[in-house]
Amino acid sequence: MNVIEASGLGKRYGSTWALRECTLAIPDGHVVALVGPNGVGKTTLLNLAVGLTAPTVGTVTVLGGTLAGSAAALDGIAFVAQDTPLYKYLSVADMLHLTGNLNRRFDQGYAKARLGELGIPLTRKAGKLSGGQQAQLALTLALGRRPRLLVLDEPMASLDPLARHDFMATVMTAVADDGVSVVLSSHVLAELERVADYFVLLSRGRVQVAGEVDDLLASHRVLTGPAAEADSCAERLCVVHARRGEALAHLLVRTNGSTDPVPPGWESHPVSLEELTLAYLREPGAASLPGPVRAGALPLETGEPTEVSQ
Amino acid sequence: MTALTMPAQPRQDASLRPVPWRRMAWVTWRQHRLTVAGLVAVLGAASVYLYITGEQLRHQGFVSYGAGPVLSLTAVLFQLIPPLIGAFVGAPALARELEAGTFRFTWTQGFGRARWTVATLAPLALAVTVAAGAFGFLFSWCYGPQIDGKYVLSPLAATTFDLREVAFAAWTLVAFAIGAVAGVLIRRVVPAMFATLVAWSGLAVVTGAFLRRHYEAPLVTSNPNLPNGAWIMSQRWTRGGKPVSLSTVNQVLQKIGATEAAPGHFAQNPAFGQSSARASASTPGNASPAQYLLHHGITQLATYQPASRFWPFQWIEGGWLLALSLLLIAATVWLVRRRAA
Repeated sequence: MNVIEASGLGKRYGSTWALRECTLAIPDGHVVALVGPNGVGKTTLLNLAVGLTAPTVGTVTVLGGTLAGSAAALDGIAFVAQDTPLYKYLSVADMLHLTGNLNRRFDQGYAKARLGELGIPLTRKAGKLSGGQQAQLALTLALGRRPRLLVLDEPMASLDPLARHDFMATVMTAVADDGVSVVLSSHVLAELERVADYFVLLSRGRVQVAGEVDDLLASHRVLTGPAAEADSCAERLCVVHARRGEALAHLLVRTNGSTDPVPPGWESHPVSLEELTLAYLREPGAASLPGPVRAGALPLETGEPTEVSQ
Repeated sequence: MTALTMPAQPRQDASLRPVPWRRMAWVTWRQHRLTVAGLVAVLGAASVYLYITGEQLRHQGFVSYGAGPVLSLTAVLFQLIPPLIGAFVGAPALARELEAGTFRFTWTQGFGRARWTVATLAPLALAVTVAAGAFGFLFSWCYGPQIDGKYVLSPLAATTFDLREVAFAAWTLVAFAIGAVAGVLIRRVVPAMFATLVAWSGLAVVTGAFLRRHYEAPLVTSNPNLPNGAWIMSQRWTRGGKPVSLSTVNQVLQKIGATEAAPGHFAQNPAFGQSSARASASTPGNASPAQYLLHHGITQLATYQPASRFWPFQWIEGGWLLALSLLLIAATVWLVRRRAA
């Protein structure tokens, strides 16, 4: 099952496309990091997925084929928007009661227990809580709905490092306990690297890289060797991004498993997610998507990474 | 009650019943109870004033009470109530969500945003309409005998007609609906409030000046004694079925030293040593300018709406304003459904 599946998805505001030709399939049971530079369409994609926005072109379905924004989709997805909007004049207890009334199910016991652990008093107004507490409250309200999919839009943008850590700890506990799928967006990669096991890189309104983090890291390497041999080396390999110095060249290459031999005189290093992201962002023409991509067809969930363009 | 004991796997929910409507009752009340309290306070204070005034009027008798200026002033103040309800209850209802960004929270809950909008707007619309209707009823109790009597005003005149039972409720409802739709379109509270005031005032002025007089075909009479409480649309002079210009009338009147200052009103030339007289006044006397003109074959035709049409007019106005309000609220729900976040 795909928790989010988009086909030819595009959203235009006025004359500007916030997102275009977005085709992706995010499988169930992952913590998905949706990464991309500011203004690339992450929020638009998530708004489309949770049904806040209707697509200009294309379709987006959630939770295994349910139309985004339909009653069933709303029931199964909990969304925490950027800056965690809450009714600031309502007390924490009122926010719990309100959320309980707006949903078919809401686990008040779970929510109160969690807020108790966090030391958030039920009587305080939501607007009087600290930024970290507001984020935790928004997250607790979302998790109390027992969603199948939790969507978080830039959840940690305004949090200090400690609050970020606590926030992600809550998310990961829910993943471990309930098996909820999570999609979270961020433009800060470092905070996601520890938790995400699926990675989607959005660039210029399109999906550039998508896949499980382990697969992506296993299929990319950095080769370091003499700059003079870089071109001949690049001809035989699938180079995502090349960085040339005076003497040495660093090639970030995509390999088919570990079968590709390292050219003589070159050294091979594993790649970090951050290096990989930066390499792809610098080379908008490169892409790494799961499965064979055909025009007008959805990429398959499984399959070996194949070269799309170079 | 809301803490449901759900199995750990919600995946097995096969039949998806929507969240019951009644669950929104608490939500709407909790979110708008301050607004409702303000509404009750303002209308309550005005009602107390009306009650005291009404008692005084009944005590003193309606004729002796200097009702003209006092009624006009309070009427002007009361005219502000519907647009203020529109601006302070209708406009923020959705604009506040959109401005604060809380719609991203609320509209992604299981209740669904179109149903949430209906469940928010409908009780508020009902509340303001009922409250305004009660206030209009009290207004009629207070000033009605005076207006409907033969004293000062036509009950159809714009100063008080839309403060009475049905019309006041309808004007309040339409102000609320204008506020709601302005809130969704403008998405910011204060500009939406201003837009509501402007749009409502425009509608009220156009209705008072142009629409209301056409609810039913006006009556025409040449009898200078118009029935009590008639709402006069126009008065003009005719001779043998043809209109007569003002200068002709004044030419005739010159002989007795009078001029027509305004339609139906005459000014007496001081040289003739008489005070001004009203054409429509039934005071007998040969020197009356109206009588004099009649002798010269000049009659005055008055177009008017009789006071007996008060209730039909109330229902006509209430009816189309109700239809407009429902249309605007439906448009608001539609805009919420389709609007892009």
